[in-house]
Amino acid sequence: MLIKLTGGAVYDPASGIDGAKQDIYIQDGRIVDKPTGDFQVDKEYDLKGKVVMSGAIDMHTHIGGGKGNIARTLLPEDHRADPVARTDITRSGCGHAMPSTFVTGYRYAEMGYTAGFEPAVLPINARQAHMEMADIPILDKGGYVLLGSDDYLLRMLTAKKDQKAINDYVAFTMQAAKAIGVKVVNPGGINAFKFNQRKLDLDEQNSHYGVTPREILKSLATAVKELGVTHPLHVHGCNLGVPGNMNTTLDTIQGIGGLPMHLTHIQFHSYGTEGDFKFSSGAAQIAEAVNKNKNITIDVGQILFGQTVTASGDNMRQHANHKHASPNKWVTMDIECDAGCGVVPFKYKDKNFVNALQWAIGLETFLLVDDPWRIFLTTDHPNGAPFTSYPHLIRLLMDRSFRNDVLSTIHPEAQKMTTLASIEREYSLQEIAIMTRAGAARLIGLQDRGGLSAGNWADITVYTDNADRQLMFEKPDYVFKDGELVVVDGKVVHTKWGTTHVVKPDFDASLEKDLQKYFDRFLTMKLGNFKISDDEITEDGRGSLTVHPLKGDVA
Amino acid sequence: MAEITEVPSPFCGIGTDDLIIQVDGVSLKVAENGCAVNSPAFEQAITDTRPRVDGKDVSLEAAVAKAAALLKNTNQPVIGGCATDVNGMRALLALADRSGAVVDNMNFTGARNNFLALQDSGWMNTTLAEVKNRCDLLLVVGVDLEGFSPRFFERYLWNKESMFMDDTAKREVIYLGKAPSGTASTSPDGQTALVFECANEDLPDVVAVLRALVKGNPIRVDSVGGIAVADLQAIADKLKAASYSVVTWAAGALAYSQAELTVQTLSEMVKEINDRNTRSSGLPLGGKEGDQTANQVCGWTTGYPARTRFSSGFPEYDPYLNDANFLLSNGEADALVWVQAFNVKAVPPVTALPTIVVGRSGMTFAKEPDVFIPVGTPGIDHVGHAYRMDNVVAIRLKKLRESGLPSTSDVLNAIEQAL
Repeated sequence: MLIKLTGGAVYDPASGIDGAKQDIYIQDGRIVDKPTGDFQVDKEYDLKGKVVMSGAIDMHTHIGGGKGNIARTLLPEDHRADPVARTDITRSGCGHAMPSTFVTGYRYAEMGYTAGFEPAVLPINARQAHMEMADIPILDKGGYVLLGSDDYLLRMLTAKKDQKAINDYVAFTMQAAKAIGVKVVNPGGINAFKFNQRKLDLDEQNSHYGVTPREILKSLATAVKELGVTHPLHVHGCNLGVPGNMNTTLDTIQGIGGLPMHLTHIQFHSYGTEGDFKFSSGAAQIAEAVNKNKNITIDVGQILFGQTVTASGDNMRQHANHKHASPNKWVTMDIECDAGCGVVPFKYKDKNFVNALQWAIGLETFLLVDDPWRIFLTTDHPNGAPFTSYPHLIRLLMDRSFRNDVLSTIHPEAQKMTTLASIEREYSLQEIAIMTRAGAARLIGLQDRGGLSAGNWADITVYTDNADRQLMFEKPDYVFKDGELVVVDGKVVHTKWGTTHVVKPDFDASLEKDLQKYFDRFLTMKLGNFKISDDEITEDGRGSLTVHPLKGDVA
Repeated sequence: MAEITEVPSPFCGIGTDDLIIQVDGVSLKVAENGCAVNSPAFEQAITDTRPRVDGKDVSLEAAVAKAAALLKNTNQPVIGGCATDVNGMRALLALADRSGAVVDNMNFTGARNNFLALQDSGWMNTTLAEVKNRCDLLLVVGVDLEGFSPRFFERYLWNKESMFMDDTAKREVIYLGKAPSGTASTSPDGQTALVFECANEDLPDVVAVLRALVKGNPIRVDSVGGIAVADLQAIADKLKAASYSVVTWAAGALAYSQAELTVQTLSEMVKEINDRNTRSSGLPLGGKEGDQTANQVCGWTTGYPARTRFSSGFPEYDPYLNDANFLLSNGEADALVWVQAFNVKAVPPVTALPTIVVGRSGMTFAKEPDVFIPVGTPGIDHVGHAYRMDNVVAIRLKKLRESGLPSTSDVLNAIEQAL
């Protein structure tokens, strides 16, 4: 079947097209060039006056894995306020802060998103992450596997194993957990918490291993680069949420020595200690450092006001933050000599000074970082806010008067502590398309996604141009996934199953001998039972794996 | 005859995956690393291979059609048991969503003690590998741990090596409430566990006093539930002195009214120990025959644990009102689907209502159900996934033999399609 999308204004940063009127042809799930000679269009959509982008990609969203399911179980009252009924084509479930898997897929698609990446896949919990993501319809998905507090790596670092050995272990873990990237959360800190350390600065030693976060970051960032994994090491830094942590973040940027590094939810790591409340914005200094260091990419982790739940691997910091839990209930776990997690419900309030300033810091960061290819639109769902708030966030970025109207309602002391009112920048449609599409696909290393030129998979979102950008991005006219029409007027009309994106870096098989010994001596599972097989993703007939090339691969 | 190694068990809850099983046709023998829970569960013979309707052998298609016909005109079907693997639960929830059923895991009334505590105040918990490598003091509350999991001590406490302890035999074990039924808790160098017994119904008082002592609150009695306060003070001191104490309980063993308050007291006590400059963690026991699996899959599919109804078109959780036994006995239900792929002894409650059993081959009934569809067991007859007690690790179950029995998900998907 040949589908033609006629006359829309196309925003395709991957091809450098910025709002030009263009026709798009779709065949067999992919975008194709206009056929030559005589041809029959089977279905045509008139897109005059419409805005056409590729399907949006959320490069950091907690949509799969144990901590998310703990968050769900913890908050029945939140679900009760947002029940989602079954229809002829969709499953029932619940929404708001941590929606059920099916509702996650529907609501992302209804906002024009066609892919989401879980950033904290614990190796030992990777099965669960993939099983949950397998129950998210429509979206493509993938995960970044979490390393850096696992005892095996720390033992390697203590034993001064060479970089090649680290690379092998990272590659093995990526394959075993079916990952497309590598994440580190509070490097070594989750482990240190198990030894009763309650904080861990960048150069502070783990009390058992003597290893510092800086060393962990360097070895993992090097491994990711040397393995040729496109997505740079994905870093949730030290000291999340601690006033003054902007210095840690600046030091982290300097300390990585030019290696590619992605700093995630940087808003939570951009705090100073100025002012009467000893809490201030470090966004300007952070943005300056990001602008200067081209090896650095970031996503923001914007907070938006309202009830949500924070779910993180960082049990050290989550334990410290539990006194802010609202409602007052929380969970932390130490997990399998592998990592940990912490789940703390939060209610961000615009009349709370700290929350209000957090909101402003996130927006300052968006507006002060120059290059939209190196900054990504996230709320660290659900930690800063549920993903369903993205259209509102886009309006805040694109509409200065709206932004300033909201600014004028937040805690007055916070208004005095932010430069936001004076920042004139408004994001363009093309910049939004870069942050949420082309840039994200490039950052993760997704082949044939995030663009609208021939050869790309036909993940396409069509909006009606509207000065109210929130309304515009809330309700796309059409969303196509792999060429199939899945959403019309902001409602799911058809469902399908997306693929799981992975990379498969090579490793020296002799590593498994040592790992097997380690598993038998210290862990609770046989190495052979730990590795996730391809079958586990595909055997139900819905899932599939898409393996992306590594840097240096010959196409 | 074939021998299969590194076989994971869905039966014991602690994720043993070192079983060696001999397969001879469709009969299995646990050759190594069996235990009183796992060996009989693996070795259970296949009896029925054909579905029955009204006691007569029929084809699978006919049985599925009959099941769908029985469900078609119901107003409030109940799906009980819910003892299967991840794919089985996926299919079960799809069927419940379509038919407006109530879903209720058969062990939920026990598990409720944990869920109510979790949903009210939360907890700080750990997993088995952390126990194996870090635990220097294990406090076992209200449960005979080795009766629950025969190999717990061998695998996770008396392991020869640990990463952070020079000598695992130096670990200390304290029982509060129930006494151990055997000697598994005795350390390799002969140190027996400290045991402080009390009646089940005294546990709330005993645990409350222990928590108070951890916090340093004065206690004005000399004994509680027959246990000297001085002994509880000694336990409190040990908990505060340990580097990584672990407090374990089995929600289902706390078989008294409002036992969720006991779980909450223990969990809050663990949190408080962590505020006293050391580490401590809870470790709820469970995970047998798919109970964690049911709650996990129901959790991500609906947002709620596996005592949830779909009769309004969307999921509604009620840990009391959605109790299958309650609905059956007070006439609110009008059909029962019983799903139990693990345990032939876990038969459905007897009811006059139309009953469909999707059960492990070998199940026998006091009253023949309207439809019985024998299914394979996850981890024996087909591959699958099951959650371990610590709720983090999903084990990959193996297929050990070719029995021709359908899986739970095959059968439930077919019934859903037929609707």
